[in-house]
Parts: sequence; C-alpha cells; structure tokens
Amino acid sequence: MTSERFVVVGAGPAGMRAAERLVAAGERPIVIDEAQRFGGQIYRQPPEAMQRERRDLYGFEAGRASAVLDRFEALRTSIDYRPETLVWQVEANALQLLHAGRTRTQPFDALILATGATDRVLPFPGWTRPGVYTLGAAQVALKHQGCLIGPRVVFAGTGPLLYLVAWQYASHGGQVSAVLDSAPLSAKLRAAPGMLARPAVAAKGAYFLARLRLMGVPLHGGVTLLKAEGEERVTALTWHAHGTTHTTECDAIGFGHGLRSETQLADLAGCAFDWSEVDQAWLPNRDAAGRSSVRGVYLAGDGAGILGADAAELSGASAAQAALDDLQASPATASLDPAMQPHVAFRRALETAFALPPRWAAEARDDLVVCRCEEITAGELRACVRNTGTRELNRLKALTRIGMGRCQGRMCAPAAARLLAHATGCDLKDVGRLRSQAPVKPLPVALLHDAAPNTLVPEEEDD
Amino acid sequence: MWVAPLSAPILKRIAGGAPRDEIAFTLDGRACTALEGDTVLTAILTQGERLRESDFSAAPRAGFCLMGACQDCWVQLESGERLRACTTMLVPGMQVRTGARR
Repeated sequence: MTSERFVVVGAGPAGMRAAERLVAAGERPIVIDEAQRFGGQIYRQPPEAMQRERRDLYGFEAGRASAVLDRFEALRTSIDYRPETLVWQVEANALQLLHAGRTRTQPFDALILATGATDRVLPFPGWTRPGVYTLGAAQVALKHQGCLIGPRVVFAGTGPLLYLVAWQYASHGGQVSAVLDSAPLSAKLRAAPGMLARPAVAAKGAYFLARLRLMGVPLHGGVTLLKAEGEERVTALTWHAHGTTHTTECDAIGFGHGLRSETQLADLAGCAFDWSEVDQAWLPNRDAAGRSSVRGVYLAGDGAGILGADAAELSGASAAQAALDDLQASPATASLDPAMQPHVAFRRALETAFALPPRWAAEARDDLVVCRCEEITAGELRACVRNTGTRELNRLKALTRIGMGRCQGRMCAPAAARLLAHATGCDLKDVGRLRSQAPVKPLPVALLHDAAPNTLVPEEEDD
Repeated sequence: MWVAPLSAPILKRIAGGAPRDEIAFTLDGRACTALEGDTVLTAILTQGERLRESDFSAAPRAGFCLMGACQDCWVQLESGERLRACTTMLVPGMQVRTGARR
C-alpha cells in the first residue's frame, strides 16, 4: 500500500470525514490543509496558546464539532496530515504544494477536494474601509482570536449567518448596533414551510432572532445598504428601508450575502461545471456519491455547492467511499441521495428566506468599487461593455483586470457577473464564469523547489 | 521624541480565557506587545487601525475576510519580506510596517 493513493484537500467537516472513511478501509490518506489546525472554518480551532471551551467556541454546534474534531485527532497517527500547506496547482495526477517557502509535487491516484467556501460579497460604497469585514471574518475574529471586530458593530447583508454572528457577538459582550437584512420579513414567512425540512436548524434560527429582539437589538428587513461612512476607518453605516434613510453609528460592519464555493482546484483539475439555480453560481458537477466528471477526482462539502456542515460530513464520507469503490473496482455502494434530501430542501428554503437583493446591479453606482484588489469600479465595467460589446466574464477580465488581482475573483466575481449580466441584459448564467489559473493564491517569488518529489528522505525540520 | 497617541484600535479583545504570554514586536519602528496566539493581523489591529495602504489609491486597509481568501492583509516586514497577516502567527521580534505616516 503506497501512501500516495488517496489525497484529501481540506480539513473541514467534509475532509475530516473523508479521511476517517479512508482510514476505516485500511488506507493511509494524505490530508492537505492550508490552515494551522484542522477544523475548516465552521469548526475552526483557536491557536494552541488559547484554550477555550468548545461550548464557548461553537455554541449549539459544540456536540457536532467535538464529535468530528475528536475523531480526526484520534486518527492523526493513521493519517499523513500536512497543515500550513497550500495546493496551488492541480495536474493530471499530481498536486503542486507550497509549505514553508518550498514547493513540492504530490502525486495522487484519487483526489478528494473538500475546499469549502467563503462569504459571497455584494459590495456597497465604503466597503473597503478599515473596520468593514465579512460575516465569516467577524466569526473568525471571535472564534480564532478572541476578538470582536469592533466595540459597536452593525451586521448587514442576508443569510442565516447574519443572525448567528450577530447573536454570537451580543452573547460575548459586543454591542450590536443593528442587524440589517436585505431580504424582507415576508420572504422568511414564505420560506417557513420549506425550513421544516430541518426543524432543529430552523428552531435555532428562530431562537437567535428571538434572543436578539429580547436584547433590544434593532432588526430590520428589506434594507438597502448605502454607504459605510468615515475616512480612515468606518464610523457609521447609512442605509435605506421602507422609504426612510437612516444612519447608524458603529465602529465596525460585518456583512455578507450567503456563501460561495471555492472551486478553483476543481477547475484546475479539469472538472466540468454546471449552472446551479439554487446557488446562483457555476459549480463542478458531482454525481450522487461525489464523483466529478474527471476519473479519480471527487468532490465533497461546500466546495462543490453550499449545503452546510452537516451535509458536508455526509458527502465527505460518501466521496471517500466512491473513491474506494472505484479504485478497488467493487460494485458501487448505496447512493447518498436520500440522506441529502432534507439538506437540499432546507437549502432551497434558505434561498427564499434570504434572497439576494434583486436590484443590486441596477442600483450600483458607477463609482462603486467592485474589485477591492485593484479598485476597479462598476462604471469601468459598464464602460467596457459599452465600448467593446463584451458579454462574457473572462473577456471582461482581460479588458478591465477584474478578477486578475490577488484574490483572483473570490471577492468580486459574484458582483462582476451580476453587473455584466445587467449591463448586457443577459441572465446571470449566460455571462460565463472566471477560469481559474495557477497559482490559485500568491506565491513568493523566491521559491525553493524540493528537487526529488518521490524521495524517502524525511522532510527537513523547520528553522 | 513625542509620538502622537494612536487612535482607537479596530479589534477589541473579549474578556476571559486562560492568561497568555506577551510577545514583543515592533510596529512602524515602535516597540509594542501582543499575546501568544495572535496572528500578525490581530497584533497590529489591537494596537492600531490599519494594516497597510492600498497599492492603487493609498487608502487605508485593515483586511476583510480573515480566512486567507481575499488577500487584502499582506503586510511587509522591515526586511522587505511579505506575509499574509491573517494567517501568519506573530513571533517574537517581528518588525512590521504598515506604512502609516506618523
């Protein structure tokens, strides 16, 4: 049994359960993790120097978090775990890795991508100012670093995370100045029947809402974000709802509009993508078990479509099983579809309850910065469409540099695609998707390449 | 040399948790301390209100996603070496530059 047969990328719930399934089948998988400690984002563990109770870190999810984290810890000696390692390129049967300033080639027979997600961002004026963060960032600051993003925080955007993070802040001594949901209350009522697909999760959401109300936090729906005020840093948020404009003073803003899948590695692996109506995004195809369109490449967790952490655990195990079945040429085990049904149904309900603002692109001003890496405005994108007749996202990228900066479109692509669709009168799915290119994240120019990828020489110790 | 007082820092530490060792580092030449377990981003933003200036407009930036995705938090050390502040742990003796004009 060689140690290169199975490689898992990502150590969130999907990656951890994939590794567990592989170990149970007698394999010793390689698990590559960009972070310092396993857990992904939702179950992100603080640095070892900061001991904190699981209940304090993960609230209602403490039980689930402990189950998966403790299991992975127990398997550590059976896994080749590689933290602080970036996968920056995917080739036919090998990955290019970066660790401690050195690159190396890692062959694989089966690759399970469990790359997770980031916040989906629809910019508003002033969003690049110090003190403005994503909802995920607000959560990471609290979970990983024991910090609030500011003493007085406004939370904005939409999605279940909006209420969860606001409640987490209010419960940890933060002053939540307001929770501003761009989706109206009526949308949640319409979605209520669908949310009963996962009653425990729906109940938690209702609980956060009720607690925030009891704490006297101003909650508003149908909100349009107008401007993050302040020069050197944010000092207030101006917003609009029900015919009135308001300005709420604050020290920080946490915002986001749902999640978007990190699909760069699936793209580099050559996976076929399809348009997903519920995610309003292009996602790599996966069958019920987690096989991609490429033999030997499997997809698990939110990196291939947002379904949440619990679904990620299921799909991680399933993808690993599919990989085992395929490599052993054994008959396929049961499809995962029935177990995923409640997660899919619930997800659809969430999209109704927390719909993106439909007129965001139409109302975006020309001077709105869309690309925060290179400060490209909506006006520049629109001018490009007018002047060149561009209708496709990669062409727009080539002409304006949108998506070419350091973030490679992670933060700006949803907004850029919506602006392009609006400017050309097309549907969102007709403007295409940004093609991923290696390296998927910045690499230092002065790289050392490990000369012999398959040597048996032990890795050098860190300096 | 008189140094102007810093404005209120961005990040606010929550109370509680086990005591942590202090780590000494410099920020724009000024001697500072932060805590073991802090990322470089936390170390800087618990003292000040910016990480760097935008390459394109010189507007101040203080990170955005805190999970290594947005790439907005790259800072430079006095040596010229660059690092991503939100995913790099602070180590003793780091000499960080934000480019703040003080």
